[in-house]
Amino acid sequence: MTTVMLALNGPESALAVALPPLFQEWFASRDWQPRAHQLALLNHAARGDSVLLVAPTGGGKTLAGFLPSLVELAGASIHRKARLHTLYISPLKALAVDVARNLEVPAAEMKLSVRIETRTGDTPPARRLRQRHTPPDILLTTPEQVALLLASRDARRMFEGLRAVVLDELHAIHNTKRGDLLALGLARLAQFAPEARRVGLSATVADPVPLQRYLVPQPLHGESRAALILGASGARPEIAISASEAYVPWAGHLALHAMADVMNAIRASTTALVFVNTRSQAERTFQMLWHLNDENLPIALHHGSLAPEQRRKVEAAMARGSLRAVVCTSTLDLGIDWGAVDRVICVGAPKGAARLVQRIGRANHRLDEPSRALLVPANRFEVLECEAARDAVLAGELDGERLKRGGLDVLAQHVMGVACAAPFDADALFEEVKSAAPYGQLARDDFDNVVDFVATGGYALKRYDRYAKLRRTPEGLWRLAHPRLAQTYRLNVGVIIEEPMLDIRLQGRGKPTGAGGRMLGRLEEYFLEQLAAGDTFVFAGQVLRFEGIRETAAYVTKSDDKEAHVPSYMGGKFPLSTFLAGRVRELLSDRNAWANLPHPVGEWLRIQELRSVLPKPGQLLVETFPRGSREFLVCYPFEGRLAHQTLGMLLTRRLERLRLRPLGFVANEYALAVWGLRDMGGVDMARLFDEDMLGDDLESWLAESALYKRTFRNCAIIAGLIERRQPGKEKTGRQVTFSSDLIYDVLREHEPNHILLRATYEDAGTGLLDIARLAEMLRRAKGEIVAKRLDRVSPLAVPALLEISREMVAGEAHEDILREAEDTLVKEAMRLG
Amino acid sequence: MDEICIEVNGEALLLDAAGALWWKAERTLVFADLHFEKGSSFARRGQMLPPYDTRDTLGRISAVVSRHAPKRVIALGDSFHDAHAGDRLDEQERAILADLCNKMDWIWIAGNHDPAPPSWLGGKVTEEVAIGGLIFRHEPQPGMNDGEIAGHLHPCATVTRRGRSLRRRCFVSDGLRVVMPAFGAYTGGLDVREPPVRSLFVDDFLAYLLGARRVYAVAG
Repeated sequence: MTTVMLALNGPESALAVALPPLFQEWFASRDWQPRAHQLALLNHAARGDSVLLVAPTGGGKTLAGFLPSLVELAGASIHRKARLHTLYISPLKALAVDVARNLEVPAAEMKLSVRIETRTGDTPPARRLRQRHTPPDILLTTPEQVALLLASRDARRMFEGLRAVVLDELHAIHNTKRGDLLALGLARLAQFAPEARRVGLSATVADPVPLQRYLVPQPLHGESRAALILGASGARPEIAISASEAYVPWAGHLALHAMADVMNAIRASTTALVFVNTRSQAERTFQMLWHLNDENLPIALHHGSLAPEQRRKVEAAMARGSLRAVVCTSTLDLGIDWGAVDRVICVGAPKGAARLVQRIGRANHRLDEPSRALLVPANRFEVLECEAARDAVLAGELDGERLKRGGLDVLAQHVMGVACAAPFDADALFEEVKSAAPYGQLARDDFDNVVDFVATGGYALKRYDRYAKLRRTPEGLWRLAHPRLAQTYRLNVGVIIEEPMLDIRLQGRGKPTGAGGRMLGRLEEYFLEQLAAGDTFVFAGQVLRFEGIRETAAYVTKSDDKEAHVPSYMGGKFPLSTFLAGRVRELLSDRNAWANLPHPVGEWLRIQELRSVLPKPGQLLVETFPRGSREFLVCYPFEGRLAHQTLGMLLTRRLERLRLRPLGFVANEYALAVWGLRDMGGVDMARLFDEDMLGDDLESWLAESALYKRTFRNCAIIAGLIERRQPGKEKTGRQVTFSSDLIYDVLREHEPNHILLRATYEDAGTGLLDIARLAEMLRRAKGEIVAKRLDRVSPLAVPALLEISREMVAGEAHEDILREAEDTLVKEAMRLG
Repeated sequence: MDEICIEVNGEALLLDAAGALWWKAERTLVFADLHFEKGSSFARRGQMLPPYDTRDTLGRISAVVSRHAPKRVIALGDSFHDAHAGDRLDEQERAILADLCNKMDWIWIAGNHDPAPPSWLGGKVTEEVAIGGLIFRHEPQPGMNDGEIAGHLHPCATVTRRGRSLRRRCFVSDGLRVVMPAFGAYTGGLDVREPPVRSLFVDDFLAYLLGARRVYAVAG
């Protein structure tokens, strides 16, 4: 079963280098066989090649990454003198710590004299200092710490002797802003230690080539790739989909109807991970499971808003094996292996095949046994999505991703870091930056603009020359104007920007608001600002009553309510992947495949076919119909909520110009519904959906879009225009948000082509506004629009319309009203003739 | 523009949606917290904010002035972000400001950021000034201060409707005193629910939020 495929080398070379006897004995003592990909990696390393190892979890991937380093270090006859040999970089600090612990085992058992240390934000200052002067043999750390080390004056000395860099979870980081920062850091490292080889460790990806490129310095023309080693694939996972033949909800994301199934699956498991897509959904699911948990099974909750101590407690309990289930969000997508997990339950839409594979891989870390997973769709569209995702995973097909270009804001931060270490030559730095794969296409003009931005803000109005942060030396190098700037840089390094958050403090009833209280965790300011005193919401597993915001904390009291009034505090972060959307569209138009669907879903599609149209995979269906006193336009692009929201903003602008008086819209992952006072059936749909809406309409909308302002804020912080922390004081999120909006308004008004606004626009393309995806959809839809005028609502439109009623009653979500609205709507839609 | 008039200590005052206060009877226009050159003040410390805040603020002052044609302007302090801000204005900006000062009587109230405005600037400098039933000063004084028009606090308010929230600068008044919104381009804000604003008012007060064309009164 274990076969090795070497993309660039024949299989025979895998045997060229034998494992040293000491290591062979160690493997034997553990009753292990070195795996083929471990030996293959050893081979490449002996030649100094960089390698991308793609293997599922449980394949000894991490050990493979370190094996060559351990062999080299064991064989070093005279021990190397305090020089860093291997640098390991993980996106998660907990993972770095865990891997270090695991690495100590072979090192100790083989009595290797190897110093292994971690370096994270928690490392005490004394040890950090020592690490810079007498580095360990192997250092395990995060991208941010690497940036910090590279910005120190003794960076060259520290990294000169480096032999290997190991990048873990590369699939999760290479196409992100953190990946940009890391890529620039790797380009820097290549200057100090050109001979150091790289090892990338990745889960299975649709296309490994971008990762292979990412690993090695890119030449000015053409491209270089690291070698590729594919580990053996594990046993096929067993994926079940929970579905009731009797009832499948029309809308909603909570899967209330299936909670008994989830509880039964937990009962039948040793330990289960219950993945959901949002934090509020995690809260609700946790609550519902508790209602069903008659045996009092130990079930815990884990998401990013909970207080760190609470999360650590849950993780520790998991590690001990004392929990039967954890309800969690993407916070547990990556990370430490928990041996006891034998089932993964995914509640809600899988969103993407790769995400699903990742999550399923969290169960059962033994390669030869199948991972077991249960998918729990919460509504009809999610049934289709789950089916499509299961088919894709079993067929071994994954979503590809759109490669983003390296961010100019990240580059600005890097340029500052480079200057903190030593004066730099702009020409040399430009070439170095271009050798990082994400910046391969960087234009010299843009680079110069970035340097200018770092130095003086880069404004056409040259007002700040005398305050310049970078100055030219007589030799023409750029140097830091003042050492104090390096201190500020160090405090602000990194590209992870949190939303402005407020502490949630629980106070006793009857106490004046703001008078202390136990900290429960943190929530986004924008959610909390929408609450009025007396509103209730669910957090940390309980129903809380909102009392008010004072300074940087929101104060809450315990509520007697069983149900919270305000249902959610975060939409899903990840939109439905393009790849999976394509598969759902195919499933929708493939009558033969419907046989596998639960009866209510099949019936739903059959009646849609009779009453309206089921669009073919390439088509965009646009339905118009009256309902009540309103006229509706519903389209089904299947491009995810973010792209649909942007489309909704742009369409309503156009409809307004056509004097069709649109009143509002609602978007979900699959569809967009617009409603108004006039019949929209007569509109020329090809005109309405023309690509040119991405011109002026987009421009004028962006000017006032809150999402766009948030994107700008992030860019401004990463680029260093707004400092989160200054020596001695830290700005609160509140101040940052507000002032960045003002700066945005002024900059846009007076210098619309500023580099930071360009960086923002680029970000918006793939970020919160998903413009790039919308653009692709509009191009694809050209000539493929099927307009259908109906006398009443179609079955396919029901989920979107139900979301409208949900939004309208938000704040007092009486389930009765919803159910009533749903019943009438469904009867109307499903009536034949 | 739609106009909202309020009565404060017996005087009729118009709340201009741009964030200025127009006292028609005295042909007096009032601005608070202009914070000229806040951008360059940050740039000096390494945060290179866009250097357009002063001209932006001046542009909006000119627009309000031409709307009302005042004979007197009162700037309620913190007109300059720091003691040297006046020196950092460029030629063009100085010319615009000097021109405004020459055309009407300017009263520069001293603020905590700018104890004394630059010497080249026209107008009168003072700690506070009383005209008719009103008294103009930078920082609102605690306790009963009928007729006080002050700035300093940069009040803001948030309204929430149908799950959407909107935060805007605002006037705050209970009919006896007024706290004015900051007018400068980069001036942030303090929520009216916070004690420094709330504690100034014994009874209920209204927040008048600045909209695009008019101000909107909301219970405080």
